Amino acid sequence: MKRRSKFSKIKEKMVEKFFLLNGLLVVFILVGIFYLLLNESLPTFKEVSIVEFFTSTTWNPTGYHKVSYGIVSLIFSTIMVTVGSLIFAVPLGIACAAYLSEIAPAKAREILKPTIEILAGIPSVVIGFLGIVLIGPMIAKIFNLPNGLNAINGSVLLGIMALPTIISISEDAINAVPDDYKKASLALGATEWQTLVKVTIPAALSGIIAAVMLGMGRAIGETMAVLMATGNAPAFPKSIFSAVRTLTATIGIELGEVAYNTTHYYSLFAVGLVLFVMTFLINIVSDWVLNKYEEAE
Amino acid sequence: MAKNSMEVKDLDFYYGDFHALHNISLKMPANKVTSFIGPSGCGKSTFLRTLNRMNDLIEGTRVDGAVLIDGKNIYGEGIDIVDLRKRVGMVFQHPNPFPKSIYDNVAYGPRAHGLKDKEKLDQIVEESLKSAALWDEVKDKLDSSAMGISGGQKQRLCIARALAVNPEILLMDEPTSALDPIATAKIEDLIEDLKKDYTIVIVTHSMQQAARISDYTAFFYMGDLIEHGATEKIFEKPENQKTEDYITGRFG
Repeated sequence: MKRRSKFSKIKEKMVEKFFLLNGLLVVFILVGIFYLLLNESLPTFKEVSIVEFFTSTTWNPTGYHKVSYGIVSLIFSTIMVTVGSLIFAVPLGIACAAYLSEIAPAKAREILKPTIEILAGIPSVVIGFLGIVLIGPMIAKIFNLPNGLNAINGSVLLGIMALPTIISISEDAINAVPDDYKKASLALGATEWQTLVKVTIPAALSGIIAAVMLGMGRAIGETMAVLMATGNAPAFPKSIFSAVRTLTATIGIELGEVAYNTTHYYSLFAVGLVLFVMTFLINIVSDWVLNKYEEAE
Repeated sequence: MAKNSMEVKDLDFYYGDFHALHNISLKMPANKVTSFIGPSGCGKSTFLRTLNRMNDLIEGTRVDGAVLIDGKNIYGEGIDIVDLRKRVGMVFQHPNPFPKSIYDNVAYGPRAHGLKDKEKLDQIVEESLKSAALWDEVKDKLDSSAMGISGGQKQRLCIARALAVNPEILLMDEPTSALDPIATAKIEDLIEDLKKDYTIVIVTHSMQQAARISDYTAFFYMGDLIEHGATEKIFEKPENQKTEDYITGRFG
């Protein structure tokens, strides 16, 4: 008996260590990626000044006369396409979440929830394909443009891809609003609609904000769909109908064809590092908002 | 019939197949406090919620019979449920102010009914808080969150919120069960004051409370209304053996 209890104690310790190791592994991978990006991107700045990198609007690493490594246009395009996607996805996502958690009959919910999950599982290349053959021509027709491969096309696609995240996390937040608030509102003679807009959604607001942040993180890092649908002109966008090239698309397009250990090669890692920092910041902010939300509960 | 009085006729209530209330008939006179007592699960809270149709929110419930306010059946045709709940206010067991400012809590009802005039809102907020005996304690912090005041204050805020839509009848579902004795005493004093202007119906788990504040008492047991009448009579000379057993503490 005694031996066995000693053995099970050791086993207990081992299991504990095993899980600790798994946790550490994730941290190690994250730090490793950061180190790799940093290590590969630093040589860029032997030839390119940091100031030029962050202030020039011209990205032309293979120019015949003069090469230029400015990522302002790329950052701006990324932000433009992402913000555009949120303008489209946030109202739709919140409305959908409110419908699912407050209004939808059980039957409708049973069909809609799995559908939304399937939407989350569609490969981005398929979404990009839709952008080329369906949404692009539609945009070209509606706005009378030569083609529909531009920023707004990317925004619509990213919006579609951010929707499942926004819907499911917003829905959780709305579900977490105590029933007491709704009852109190209805008992005062407020309508269901007033209750939803004036009580339930405001009470769930921080959760909804976190949902939007996470959806934004998803949109900002997406590569394939924007690469296929936004036209990929690395110039500073003049309007939402300009062809744009995001940070992600730039890496996606160029990294496969660049010569190893050249400044161009290193600079793409620097672009990746910028992207990493951007998504990292978004995640930290959304985490902070979520924490605040849980404290307030 | 007097204004603001309530009368229930042959009311049956079902949760799905479960027959929760059996053939209940009861009058709740205007400007009096009527209390419902009885052991847990006897149907007193369910009955209270049939009086402003809050049970409609629970799926699979059904009501037979009539609840008359000033002679008009609230389950009849052409009844606007929003209007009904405006006339019949409700205070819940757990103080449930909205996570908004004190001012916005009280102003919520009038705003929901379309009032936008700032001066009028100010006036309603002040009057309602005064009626709920809370004004003096919160008048300097109307803009601070309602989540930051004490439990007793929250409950009085909920009463003020209910009064702000100018109801005729006020339903209270164990309003003091989550409060300490001092806060309870304040609410009880308040109920005493409010009956001048409102018809009050209160569910309580405390027989002493029913005896202290109510003019009429109704005793519920297992979904039946066993006995009802003037509070003194129920507590001093109950007619039914079950009522006597309950108020003398033999069960419950």
